[in-house]
Amino acid sequence: MSQATKVEKDTVPQVGAGTVEETSVPAAPDIRVVGDTYRTVGDYTSANPVVRARNVDVFYGDNHAIQNVSLDIGKNQVISLIGPSGCGKSTFIRCLNRMNDTIDIARVHGEILLDGEDIHARRMDVVMLRARVGMVFQKPNPFPKSVYDNVAYGPRIHGLARNRQELDRIVRSSLERAGLWTEVKDRLDEPGTGLSGGQQQRLCIARTIAVGPEVILMDEPCSALDPIATAHIEDLIDELKKNFAIVIVTHSMQQAARVSQRTAYFHLGRLIEVGDTDQIFTNPQHELTEDYITGRFG
Amino acid sequence: MPSSTVLVALLGMTVVAYVLGRRRSVRAASNTGLTCHSLPGYYGSYVAIWCALPALLLYCLWQLAEPGFIRTQVLATMSAATLELPEAELGLVYNDIRNLVEGNIVSGEPSDEILAAASRYMSLQRISNLGLMLAVLIIGLTTLGWAFRRVEPGLRARNKVERSMELLLMAASTVAIFTTIGIFLSVLFEALRFFQQVSPLEFLFGLSWSPQTAIRPDQVGSSGAFGAVPLFAGTLLISGIAMLVAVPVGLMSAIYLSEYANPQVRSFAKPMLEVLAGIPTVVYGYFAALTVGPLLRQFGEGLGLSVSSESALGAGLVMGIMIIPFVSSLSDDVINAVPQDLRDGSYGLGATQSETIRQVILPAALPGIVGGILLAASRAIGETMIVVMAAGLAANLTANPLEAVTTVTVQIVTLLIGDQEFDSAKTLAAFALGLLLFVTTLILNIIALRVVRRYREQYE
Amino acid sequence: MSSHAQGVKERVARGIARRYRRERNFRLAGLGAVLVGMAFLAFFFYTLIGNGYTAFLQTHILLEVELSESSIDPDGERDPQTLGRANYQGVIRNALMARFPQVEGRNDLRDLFALVSPGAGFELRNQVLANPELVGQTIRQWLVADDDVDMLVKGHMDRTAEESERRINDSQLGWIEQLEADGSVARHFNHRFFTSGDSRDPEMSGIWSAVVGSFFMLLVTLALSFPLGVATAIYLEEFAPKNRWTDLIEVNINNLAAVPSIVFGLLGLALFINFFGLPRSAPVVGGLVLTLMTLPVVIIAARASLMSVPPSIREAALGVGASKMQTIFHHVMPLALPGMLTGTIIGMARALGESAPLLMIGMVAFIVDVPESPLDPATALPVQVYLWADSPERAFVERTSAAILVLLAFLLVMNASAILLRKRFERRW
Repeated sequence: MSQATKVEKDTVPQVGAGTVEETSVPAAPDIRVVGDTYRTVGDYTSANPVVRARNVDVFYGDNHAIQNVSLDIGKNQVISLIGPSGCGKSTFIRCLNRMNDTIDIARVHGEILLDGEDIHARRMDVVMLRARVGMVFQKPNPFPKSVYDNVAYGPRIHGLARNRQELDRIVRSSLERAGLWTEVKDRLDEPGTGLSGGQQQRLCIARTIAVGPEVILMDEPCSALDPIATAHIEDLIDELKKNFAIVIVTHSMQQAARVSQRTAYFHLGRLIEVGDTDQIFTNPQHELTEDYITGRFG
Repeated sequence: MPSSTVLVALLGMTVVAYVLGRRRSVRAASNTGLTCHSLPGYYGSYVAIWCALPALLLYCLWQLAEPGFIRTQVLATMSAATLELPEAELGLVYNDIRNLVEGNIVSGEPSDEILAAASRYMSLQRISNLGLMLAVLIIGLTTLGWAFRRVEPGLRARNKVERSMELLLMAASTVAIFTTIGIFLSVLFEALRFFQQVSPLEFLFGLSWSPQTAIRPDQVGSSGAFGAVPLFAGTLLISGIAMLVAVPVGLMSAIYLSEYANPQVRSFAKPMLEVLAGIPTVVYGYFAALTVGPLLRQFGEGLGLSVSSESALGAGLVMGIMIIPFVSSLSDDVINAVPQDLRDGSYGLGATQSETIRQVILPAALPGIVGGILLAASRAIGETMIVVMAAGLAANLTANPLEAVTTVTVQIVTLLIGDQEFDSAKTLAAFALGLLLFVTTLILNIIALRVVRRYREQYE
Repeated sequence: MSSHAQGVKERVARGIARRYRRERNFRLAGLGAVLVGMAFLAFFFYTLIGNGYTAFLQTHILLEVELSESSIDPDGERDPQTLGRANYQGVIRNALMARFPQVEGRNDLRDLFALVSPGAGFELRNQVLANPELVGQTIRQWLVADDDVDMLVKGHMDRTAEESERRINDSQLGWIEQLEADGSVARHFNHRFFTSGDSRDPEMSGIWSAVVGSFFMLLVTLALSFPLGVATAIYLEEFAPKNRWTDLIEVNINNLAAVPSIVFGLLGLALFINFFGLPRSAPVVGGLVLTLMTLPVVIIAARASLMSVPPSIREAALGVGASKMQTIFHHVMPLALPGMLTGTIIGMARALGESAPLLMIGMVAFIVDVPESPLDPATALPVQVYLWADSPERAFVERTSAAILVLLAFLLVMNASAILLRKRFERRW
């Protein structure tokens, strides 16, 4: 908390008093503080949104992990979430397919719409939601099954293929789109855990796209990989955005700059600033964003 | 004078040795003005160890050699007629002599010869004890003196004492090895004697088991039949039923408690299931014989089935209940070892919890679960009290769980209870069965432990 | 939304109800499995307590017993020898005949005498020996009833059944009802169950000799398995190099933990009794066998608690110049001791419940006398359960259940103290 408090105090001295007041600060004209609530700098909406998140708060027990975050995810677009460790970016994307449900102590407030449907609504099914919003994790986590079965797992449980040929086709096209087909086409029966780290992560991506989601969430997908494997995945992400909306959490600003069209900067559970990637990296509006991007902390 | 007084004397000497060694080191230090290498206590221990260990070793060797020596000496003085008796009867005579000496009940009125032998036995024992006392005193004092004179400030007493302690610790760790060797050799030795009388082929593949020795020589099967196949079949039948109960129930409760149940339910149900593991097997046996057996019989009558009151089903069911906590706690460990990543991966694709468990967690945990099941099977096969109390005695070769069958462990117990002689094929057969049981469970255990170990390494 | 995505959505939606049904069924199956275990446990304790609680009471019959000098002490010298030799059973018979003067005929008299336990005479004798002044008096005495009477009074025997169906015949039933009518039948606390040894007569039998046998056995086991187990654990955890030999020891220990207990019994029989010539049926042999069985448990627990002591403690001690042995005995051991004790208590609890190996080494004998040393013939509590479970008398059923309850109480105390010990000293590093 110390850094945030310090910076905010520099810019908005009255914050500690908790008074309701709007102050314009020359360095960051859009900053407004209402009580303890922070208003994001930049345009968090999108012209063609798949996901619209509004005023999302997440609590882990007593810990207020995300505070009042609103953000749109645009179609056929990559948005990267950056920020220092523990700032809530992973927590945020875990809200989008309700992965936080699997943590007993997690509570999510706010509105998240997928194609206009509230994902917390009673008629929205979590199984259906996750089929539509796929997720790739930080550490490659192929199931202890064959390469084929890893990719076929999603289509099988969801009943997406009517017969074996159709399943074969889905597996093949998913592996092709994940750029893995040529490498594994002769090893489909071997365990997925036997592949290299980069291949495993692409297998996990193939596994996700095999279900045919609308949005793919990627939680630091390259943090466990070497530079060559990372380059592979980045190319793949660029390719995938033709069909999917992609949200990528990353620690690497270079990666964010390379793969994404929009960038959102999180800091201590708040979404500080959103904007086009070019603008965020060349002309950040908020002091915190600038500090982070120029490497003063992170 | 009983031989334990020798030990008391030795203990006294050891204490004296400690005090002497300690005092000498302190004096030596003050006389020479040098600092001792170790603390005084270590010098005391050094002398004490030297005093006690060699004498103790001698004591043990003496105790081992004494009975054989006395036996030959006593028997040597007996009449030729007695000595011509076969080995087994000679043993009985000798037992009588010993019983007489120890004041136990003797078979019949002792003859003069036996009385004479008994008095000779007593005098020999007295001489032996006296000799032991002297020998221990001499050895102990000699080594004490030797070690005492070596005490000087430069002696690295601590290192030597610690070295001997380390050796002691190492010796303790070999007990496990010796136990295994002991089990194997003792069972093997008696089993080999059995196989001199009954061919191993008949034992392993024979279809009829009736070890009863005949009362009249013309009785049918007077030689006894030692075909163990019905026993294996019975063991497998009962253990099979037990596993059919224990594996699904144990596995499903492990799954429920680790994946579904909320913390309150878990903190209540888990210890309750563990109570099942703490109940002694004899209690399960009593329950199987007095409650479950009759209950099944009544139930069978209601259905028009004839259920034996010692049916394999009853014993198997109760044995299965006994093994539930075993399966569930092993499965629980294994399921919890499956990394959260895999669960997340599956949930992230939209799988339901049961799909995740069945298609991701269980396959990932399979080796560990198989290992646990093998250990449980080994326990079922070796389980004794339940089957002794609730299964039959007659060796039926049947696959019908409603009939009474017998098992390997039941036969071991019935063959050995109350039987004193050690040469009949009947008693020796118990050891052959024991050998078989030991080897089977050993193989199962080693495979299971390997599988579980490799599984653990995979996720560490 | 693209048409592809729409297709996915539709197909997923189609299967979703079925998948949730399966989910629910699976969850119910899990719950069912847990309930099976719990239901068994509940049923088990229900029948056990239901069968067993009556054994803690024993039926007694109130009679006017005339301890006439002529029948007990004809010399009038109150010599304990004479007093001890007198026919007390006869005294009780006279008392019964005085109570029911109308009974005649050998068979009827035998039935009448069978109402009171054959053990009542011994108790009367002890009473007189302890208090010779009673001679010459007529005392109102509660005498132990026979086990069949006991069963009838406790309601385990149906009074309305056909005479041939019950072990108490009609005339006996009549006398008992007469006695009941004037309050001469009562149930008192069954102290004999806790203070006497085994007996052929259920009403005179108790668990004390078995408890003492178990105690001696556990004493031997504790004295051997704790030092041996701790020493082994220290060696393996602190000194042993990682090589084939220690690997072999480890495999051995893990394997011994899973060897069937009856095999240990065979070892005890062949090695301790036949080879070393130790006495059969003696707690010392049982203790040795149980030591070998408990050793793996103690070793595994002791190693785990040594392992949980952080290396920083060892480094700190070594850093100030302590030798390895001093480090272990001055610093590591005190921290690991509670864990070791917990493991040992759990091992002891397991040893207490063990019976199969004891059958092998002859501890199934019929033991009336309370053993005075670990070398005397003895039996153990679980073996006593086994012996009684085999006895045909109905009265032994309730005694077996009661003995099991006592055994379970011992186990409960031991395990609870292990848990308390762990809670009290558990330390997180």
